[in-house]
Amino acid sequence: MKTPLFAVTLSALALTLSACGLTEPNAPAASGGDGQISVSSTSEACDLSVTEVGSGNLAFRVKNEGTEVTEFYLYAEDGLRIVGEIENIGPGLTRDLVVRATAGDYVTACKPGMVGQGIRNAFTVTESGEDLGITGVDAADIEAAETQYAAYVRDQSQELVDATGDFLKAWTSGDDDLARRLYPTARQHWERIETVAESFGDLDPKMDLREADLEPGQEWTGWHRIEKDLWPPATGYVPLTAAERQPFADDLMANTEVLQERVQTETYTVSDIGNGAKGLLDEVAAGKITGEEDIWSHTDLYDFQANVDGARVAYEGIKPLLDVKDAALSTDIGERFDALQELLDGHRTAEGGFVFYDTVEQPQRKLLSDAVNALGEPLSKMTGAIIL
Amino acid sequence: MTPTPQDSTQPAHSTVSRRRLFGVAGAGALAGVSGVAGWGIASARDDQPAGGPLAYAFHGEHQAGIVTPAQDRLHFAAFDVTSDSRESLIELLEAWTVAAVAMTAGELVGGGAPQPYDAPPQDTGEAQDLDPAGLTITFGFGPTLFEKDGVDRFGLRDRQPEELRRLPHFPADNLDEVRSDGDLCIQACANDPQVAVHAIRNLSRIGFGTVSMRWAQLGFGRTSSTSTTQATPRNLFGFKDGTANLHAEEPEELSDHVWVQPGDDPAADWLAGGSYLVARRISMRIETWDRTSLREQESLIGRDRVEGAPLSGGTEFTEPDFALQGRSGPIMPMDSHVRLAHPAQNNNTKLLRRGYNFTDGADALGRLDAGLFFIAFVREPLTRYVPMQTVLSRDDALMEYLEHTGSGLWAVPPGIAQGHYVGQALFT
Repeated sequence: MKTPLFAVTLSALALTLSACGLTEPNAPAASGGDGQISVSSTSEACDLSVTEVGSGNLAFRVKNEGTEVTEFYLYAEDGLRIVGEIENIGPGLTRDLVVRATAGDYVTACKPGMVGQGIRNAFTVTESGEDLGITGVDAADIEAAETQYAAYVRDQSQELVDATGDFLKAWTSGDDDLARRLYPTARQHWERIETVAESFGDLDPKMDLREADLEPGQEWTGWHRIEKDLWPPATGYVPLTAAERQPFADDLMANTEVLQERVQTETYTVSDIGNGAKGLLDEVAAGKITGEEDIWSHTDLYDFQANVDGARVAYEGIKPLLDVKDAALSTDIGERFDALQELLDGHRTAEGGFVFYDTVEQPQRKLLSDAVNALGEPLSKMTGAIIL
Repeated sequence: MTPTPQDSTQPAHSTVSRRRLFGVAGAGALAGVSGVAGWGIASARDDQPAGGPLAYAFHGEHQAGIVTPAQDRLHFAAFDVTSDSRESLIELLEAWTVAAVAMTAGELVGGGAPQPYDAPPQDTGEAQDLDPAGLTITFGFGPTLFEKDGVDRFGLRDRQPEELRRLPHFPADNLDEVRSDGDLCIQACANDPQVAVHAIRNLSRIGFGTVSMRWAQLGFGRTSSTSTTQATPRNLFGFKDGTANLHAEEPEELSDHVWVQPGDDPAADWLAGGSYLVARRISMRIETWDRTSLREQESLIGRDRVEGAPLSGGTEFTEPDFALQGRSGPIMPMDSHVRLAHPAQNNNTKLLRRGYNFTDGADALGRLDAGLFFIAFVREPLTRYVPMQTVLSRDDALMEYLEHTGSGLWAVPPGIAQGHYVGQALFT
């Protein structure tokens, strides 16, 4: 599979978070009794329908009535600390910003042209008496989550290099039984960080393309090319000779090393991590649950488990933040991870591996699919709950 | 339309046609009205109230159902010819033409003439009390009609258009053989689903013994506008779809991009004035899409969801500004659907899209089996559509949420003159 799931994530929003934590996303978009606040951004003005509202969830509806791309910011009293922001609003477009704000003085700003200090105005939030609950997270928790996840990605990529090396050695030396045993477990290191790996648009097509993903005339390389050679169809397939195997092995090894090299310097914001978890569950729903991923080997459940592992690590990493922002959501996600894991464990072999997916009957597949949906829904709300 | 009390007393075997029963257009209006760019609106009689029954003429320069303002409902069917007789095939096309003329005019198949009480009715009857609902019936000829497994089945091999070849495998295709291809196709569109289904059902019945239905698809909501008088509808992703579509009111663009021109293909001059119909059954991964943030949804599409304006600004019909920079890179993402599908990125390839939302219930995993039944009419499918679809299948970020599960290509003969049958020039 392809498509950089990370491509549309939001780096700038992490600033919001690191700066403070006065905001809250999935809450209903009603402000402290004042309803929606309309903002009109033009080249000369940044007009708000009201400039004083009660504390609670503030819903700004920002319309760009100018001719340049604009942004809208809500700053704390000092005019530096970002409470909430919305960027890339094209001329004529309208976008919503929902933040949770306690009583105090604030500064609003529109930035037509995305430059400079912007057009700033004072904004006041009065005490509404509404219980806002806990509104802040610890900046140290954010940093810890980001650091921890980057380390996990580096660790998995190193293990991927090692396991891929062993696997390819077995394959090129003609020990197909060993290669078949190593294939599913080596791939797990890839699948645990699949959304990161896929974000490198040049590597993914060379390493993880399925036969069906090819366009006419395109050369097929990578994991699934080798998979077909190890689990060939009954008819119509000519096995690779030892000499023919070598270039495929060299190519996969080289690309794996490039991947490992690149992730050394990669960093991940909280939103990257949250969206990555959601993306990994999407991968399960799209390819693994249907058995399309490992169509020759039927080792899909290993990939399934690894995607879930990666999503769970991402969740656990940002759980301290989520516990503060939305404890009920956090509990729900944790429980649904457990439920899915219990189902998966039901398909384990005595040796701790997984049964081949073509032996998993449709009713069991449906149970897995339902559990993925049940987890995917709350998991998809995690990033919004933490970030905004 | 609600029948008047008097009308509703008419016996079932009445020779009074559906059309006359409900006072739809007179025969004269049907015959000669030629509307914009070749489709004829059989305009309602002068004494018809506005908003009365809508009927489109079957005859004309081009087949109806292409630039006709897209109706709300679709029943599409692909057939394989089971007979090896050229004569039987021609007889079927003649019979289909007669039935299509009747049904699009709101009449009963067979004209409603008296029949023996002990015979099954010629018309299946379920559209009896319904008006024509803007029904159009559009016929197409697939590549396998001309040659199948190396066999020239009907003496047509020499007249197969160069552009009429089975569509290639596109990246990530997961085609279901029983939802793909076919010797013939019929697209029935109407504003009433029962009228569209009635059309396919009766044509299929007429064809028994000569053809067999290979597969069919119902569409419940149009996803394109083919006239500037129509608002842009939404697909099941919740976004306006086909904003940049070609419209009936652009005759020069249609000549360039939709209608096969005389001389386009010397072997296939019979197709001049016709077009090609590309069908793709595109399943949507509804559940994962619904879990995607609005930020990501809009980035994948390249438009805002509410208005349908490009992210570079303006309103729905504002041209996207692909160079405009946002906070981090172009404000229209490089892998957004709108960017990759835009004519400027595709050697100025434009399509006349006429697709429909579909849902076929739930799949075995309890997921909504739904998506877009993509239909496009194009002048040069292989040289222009195929390269564009290849890029989209490979690079479009939206593909993460799509899977192409059915496919087909048919040549759509030109419009039919009075007294002729569909595709007649191919057989003479």
